[in-house]
Amino acid sequence: MTTANGGTIRRNEPDRPVYLDYQATTPLDQRVLDAMMPYFIEKFGNPHSRSHAYGWEAEKAVEAAREQVAELINADPREIIFTSGATESNNLAIAGAARFYKDRKNHIVTLVTEHKCVLDSCRHLEQEGVHVTYLPVQKNGLVDLDALKQAITDKTVLVSIMAVNNEIGVIQPLKEIGAMCRARGVLFHSDCAQAYGKIPLDVDAMKIDLMSISGHKIYGPKGIGALYVRRKPRVRLVALIHGGGQERGMRSGTLPTPLCVGLGEAAAIAKREMASEAERLKMLRDRFHKRIIERLSEVYLNGDLEARIPGNLNLSFAYVEGEGLMMGIKDLSVSSGSACTSASLEPSYVLRALGVEEELAHTSLRIGFGRFTTEAEVDYAADRIIAAVQKLRDMSPLWEMAQQGINIKSIQWAAH
Amino acid sequence: MNRPVYLDYNATAPLKPPVILAVSAALAEVGNASSVHRWGRLARRRVETAREAVAGLLGAGPQQIVFTSGGTEANNLALAAGGRRLMVAATEHDSVLRAAPDAEIVPVDRRGIIDLAALDKSLARDSRPALVAVMLANNETGVVQPLAEVVRLAHARGALVHCDAAQAVGKVDVDMQALGVDMLTVSAHKFGGPQGVGAVVVADHVELSPLLRGGGQERGRRAGTENVAAIAGFGAAARLAAEEMPTMARLAGLRDGLEARLRRQVSELVTFGADADRLPNTSCLAMPNVSAETQVMAFDLAGIAVSAGSACSSGKVRSSHVLAAMGVPSALAGSAIRVSLGWATSEADLDRFVETWTQLWFRLGAGKTQRAAPAA
Amino acid sequence: MAYSEKLIDHFEHPRNVGALDKNDPSVGTGLVGAPACGDVMKLQIHVGPDGVIKDAKFKTFGCGSAIASSSLVTEWVKGKSLDEAASIRNTQIAQHLALPPVKIHCSVLAEDAIKAAVADYRSKQNQEKSAAE
Repeated sequence: MTTANGGTIRRNEPDRPVYLDYQATTPLDQRVLDAMMPYFIEKFGNPHSRSHAYGWEAEKAVEAAREQVAELINADPREIIFTSGATESNNLAIAGAARFYKDRKNHIVTLVTEHKCVLDSCRHLEQEGVHVTYLPVQKNGLVDLDALKQAITDKTVLVSIMAVNNEIGVIQPLKEIGAMCRARGVLFHSDCAQAYGKIPLDVDAMKIDLMSISGHKIYGPKGIGALYVRRKPRVRLVALIHGGGQERGMRSGTLPTPLCVGLGEAAAIAKREMASEAERLKMLRDRFHKRIIERLSEVYLNGDLEARIPGNLNLSFAYVEGEGLMMGIKDLSVSSGSACTSASLEPSYVLRALGVEEELAHTSLRIGFGRFTTEAEVDYAADRIIAAVQKLRDMSPLWEMAQQGINIKSIQWAAH
Repeated sequence: MNRPVYLDYNATAPLKPPVILAVSAALAEVGNASSVHRWGRLARRRVETAREAVAGLLGAGPQQIVFTSGGTEANNLALAAGGRRLMVAATEHDSVLRAAPDAEIVPVDRRGIIDLAALDKSLARDSRPALVAVMLANNETGVVQPLAEVVRLAHARGALVHCDAAQAVGKVDVDMQALGVDMLTVSAHKFGGPQGVGAVVVADHVELSPLLRGGGQERGRRAGTENVAAIAGFGAAARLAAEEMPTMARLAGLRDGLEARLRRQVSELVTFGADADRLPNTSCLAMPNVSAETQVMAFDLAGIAVSAGSACSSGKVRSSHVLAAMGVPSALAGSAIRVSLGWATSEADLDRFVETWTQLWFRLGAGKTQRAAPAA
Repeated sequence: MAYSEKLIDHFEHPRNVGALDKNDPSVGTGLVGAPACGDVMKLQIHVGPDGVIKDAKFKTFGCGSAIASSSLVTEWVKGKSLDEAASIRNTQIAQHLALPPVKIHCSVLAEDAIKAAVADYRSKQNQEKSAAE
């Protein structure tokens, strides 16, 4: 079917910026939209209506979507709780588990590079008497497994470590973390918003007990996500949102049928196409990276290159300033820092955790490649960045000093 | 396939066509509203335009609108405001009752109207600051509460008032300022907007305690990437609702006509809340001696979608806490169904309903009454 | 954030980018800001024997507003006496470029850069004089 506005999806038209911000959000896949539309039009029922065909058909669609979501991670559909998105899933997993088990255990281990919503949930729980260990990461962005092992105590209820970082795309060793947690009787929660549908995930093989999933990061709609909650051994949570008792009492509220359908369809497409898509994205990413470093010196890659999703690069361009660089590449939609913080002037806390110097953190770009990125866009974007960096460096007193062999750190800069 | 006649608008309403257009247009565009690049700013503009429309419909300022995933989350967020003792009306929605399990329950009278004297007594009993949650209109009966009185009593005692207006918005005028409430819940899909979005409207002096923490969206009051398409649809529905409010009189006429026709044929008909101020679209009616479950099955066979009680419980048909609070005997409550009309309801739809209802009564209900009460 | 046309013009077509010989006694150099703060401005003036600024060059590491502010002041100081140049106020720069409130510090930095360049020139001249005496 065609979309209700009678046209095809517009993306990356020549007069509009090239979209290279796939970690912030992804365009909706046309196939996902097609699956959703009937539920905006004639199949509009409330899936919790028990007394008529509109409710039944909506419920059937929601349950089919639940199966699709579960299949991608080798889970049972009954282990999938729909939420409004990964932020809610993370809040529910962390606060829900901490509150349920608080009489026996009161310690959480997480990473300093987690998404803000994980860190904020943890900080809030500290006010409720929960102890939190915020583990540093190695220079490549990966967790130090020995440090993790030592951080876990008899009081640890939960380890929350993301699968893939939203800024630098690095993949944490989930299997090793899961095994460690299981051996110590600790719940393992993983924020998989950036990993689900991008890399293979298996809740059994990786011994994951709670997994956060996002719709709009995988070419599905915004406003929908899921939380995987293990049944065997059973994980219990205190709900955040109470009411009609939907989602096994763990999350009340009318399920938005079209959004659930969209997440399910996006998951099903990812299952079919993940492997070939990863290959194509890796090719595009490497092409882009090569083009940049062939033409520009003093470009630094943040985060490990090998343990990294194929659709992400995070580069620092020495001797230019980040905002100026962004202004110089206005026709590219890329991100400096994460989408949630890029309106502020603070350098990325993720890059600082990697030990990236503040100056370099200021000039980092996150470039996200995805399903609809073309080779032509990649080349165009690389050339635009190269030109902008060259122009700004020609204008930069720091670049000038560096070329003259002056060590910038040797200068006494006045604070202002 | 012939779609059944839909008479369950209080469970969810079909999307109005301009809303479908707004949603699909937004879905077709990429963009995280928090991103500073052009795609992000386009998404941000959609969100803020919708915020203004919703604020406009509700007589609030745009900064007072906190978008949520729906009415249930909005009620939970409002009641988490914290540090106050809670009082709720007995007929509140589950999302209020369960979000405030320790709240004091304020009774309602036979019509379903909150007992103001009891409320005042509860307020006076304890000097700690309180938060009173009273819905504007009930989802099962449509009964409208005297919010002005509730607000007057509560504010006189230094209490805040939260009003769940999920069922009222789009059906009657809802004005945050005129009501004088401190917080108000609205749900998009109850009045022609999409599912998965709602809002809590918060007066400037009230500080919320966030349920969802993270990226600082919604001025730090509700974290999570903005659901741009659903919010855009919510805005479109709000604009339409403001325009179409006069057509609500049509629904009141249809609903009153329906009840009158049934009563002319079947004097045993019981309508709940009919002697109170009600939403124009809602009728909660009992067919004595015939269980609600039997009725909804028969209506389904006849191609008519109605509800037995509220659509929110995830299990079997439960007996209604609303009717119980109104003192309705459980046998009678068990034979009540809810008929709720909306923007696409036609006269012909109601003809079909009346015909099916009366046939069912003469087939299953009337005989039992005659047996129970032999010829006088 | 919407930037003014003047600002975007100065950012996209910056005037007077470059360097003067900082060891030339008739050149004053101001280097202000700090890399960690995200802004470094180097502003140089070449002063004629008549005490009038003949030429000005800049290099700036910073955001678009910082680059535009420095570009603008190199245009403004040319042909001015040292005292006139040193009396340029950040508010004039901010107003001309319609800087948004969060970018006012860029205009402050530009004002500081002029003052630093003038001071550098004057201290060089004093040294010349005392060396000559």
